[in-house]
Amino acid sequence: MFAACADPKAIEGLTWLTCYLTSGKHLDFYWSFVVVLGLLAITAPAALTMGFLGATAARSRFLPLSLLGKGYAAIVRGVPDIVFFLFFVIALDQGIEYLKSLAVCDDPGWPWQGLEFRVCQEAKVPLGASPAIWHQAYGFGLAVFTFAIVFGAFAANVLYGAMGAVPKAQLETAEAYGMSHAQVFRRILVPQMWVYALPGLSNLWMILIKATPLLFLLGVKDIVYWARELGGSKTQAYEYPHSDWRLWYFLGLLVFYLCFTKVSEIVLTRLSARLSRGQATAAGEAQRKAAA
Amino acid sequence: MKKLLLATALVAISGAAFAQDVVRLGTEGAYPPFNFINDAGEVAGFEREVGDELCKRAALTCEWVTNEWDSIIPNLQSGNYDVIIAGMSITDERDEVIDFSQNYFPPAASAYVALTADADIKGTVSAQVSTIQAGYVAESGATLLEFATPDESIAAVRNGEAVAVFADKDFLAPIVAESNGELTFVGEEVQLGGGVGLGLRESDAELKEKFNAAIQSMKDDGSLNALIEKHFGPETAKF
Repeated sequence: MFAACADPKAIEGLTWLTCYLTSGKHLDFYWSFVVVLGLLAITAPAALTMGFLGATAARSRFLPLSLLGKGYAAIVRGVPDIVFFLFFVIALDQGIEYLKSLAVCDDPGWPWQGLEFRVCQEAKVPLGASPAIWHQAYGFGLAVFTFAIVFGAFAANVLYGAMGAVPKAQLETAEAYGMSHAQVFRRILVPQMWVYALPGLSNLWMILIKATPLLFLLGVKDIVYWARELGGSKTQAYEYPHSDWRLWYFLGLLVFYLCFTKVSEIVLTRLSARLSRGQATAAGEAQRKAAA
Repeated sequence: MKKLLLATALVAISGAAFAQDVVRLGTEGAYPPFNFINDAGEVAGFEREVGDELCKRAALTCEWVTNEWDSIIPNLQSGNYDVIIAGMSITDERDEVIDFSQNYFPPAASAYVALTADADIKGTVSAQVSTIQAGYVAESGATLLEFATPDESIAAVRNGEAVAVFADKDFLAPIVAESNGELTFVGEEVQLGGGVGLGLRESDAELKEKFNAAIQSMKDDGSLNALIEKHFGPETAKF
């Protein structure tokens, strides 16, 4: 990066450290923080949406839809994450390529031949010739989708429980006022359920933050991968040889995760206070008394 | 704007036209000096140079991809890349599921490394998961401790988790040499495997022939030996 870094083995002290910390590999490491934060920023709303759809479906009075919602939450929650991340992603990737092969290949055969999966070159997603950035973006997209499905199942269960926790008297009163089912759901149930869902959802958020190392299974290099890779001892084959420094890198990650979860906690506490306002819960009652 | 769209469309079409010729090379990126991620964040090492030269000779456009060692064969079969070039020894077990090119690195010795010269290599021995060395340790009567990366298998010896590590001697040699006497070779060297070859899907016979021809030409003109000597030193076995 800097001119002084041209020959890393000739420099030492602070210059060496500066050059070391700005090497291309370290820039990849710093970038992976952005990737992880980006993943969380996209996955959290996506998972919440999946969960909301799942919970709504599970509450439906139309039996097949209700079974679909309940089955989704039950099956996905029952499968170990690591199995899901290994199996589901490969299946999804191959499924996409199989469907594409039906559309674009001249002679789309059955692609699963023994141990191999073969589709014509044009059906590859992304195309083999695509720049590396597309391969990374595709991996990232698969990751977001998979995370959304897995965490959506847990969120569905939390939201389903929260919907059931809204006092029945509230819903009956609304119906007595002449609201339709949809109106009761929209105006009474959904606005009030969040306060009951928040503890469960905040748990999920905390787990999601720490689940990002699973990204590496999907080919996305996250901060834990880079910390392990950078911290491992390096011989003279590398420009910056050093001994086993994983402890320092993982300490850095520890600080990052602690700060991140602390900030999350502060935000969630505020959100909880905001959602309790005017609610018929102990927290809502305490707020009312404090104000009075 | 229209021009931009047109240009994008052209790029997309030409990309599709060239799609046949791009060969994706899959490597681990954690096994110096065979392959590693250098400080610029790119794949480097012996196999980087060999792979680039082979692609040049076979007139192929190649791209490098890294993949975790443990899932490197399934991802080849799934078509995520076309060639494994990751210091993978040719063995009968692997040959049943994938195909190998002829070797581009001669059959090499594996060795034990420990903290002391009198370490018990029948005790707890670490090795990288799914390697021929791991298989050998399991059969030798020692307690096998497997790790996902080669680096972690060495670290296990340094922190006392394992008595010794068993791996390719060419991988261990620079680590022992630079350990300031902390690490030392113990026991006898063991000859394992049929050398290192490129791993390919069994259905990719044409690609395999192209690479076989390119490897042969590098063996014939001595450029392969020159690369081996450059990365592994003068004492390493050559062709």
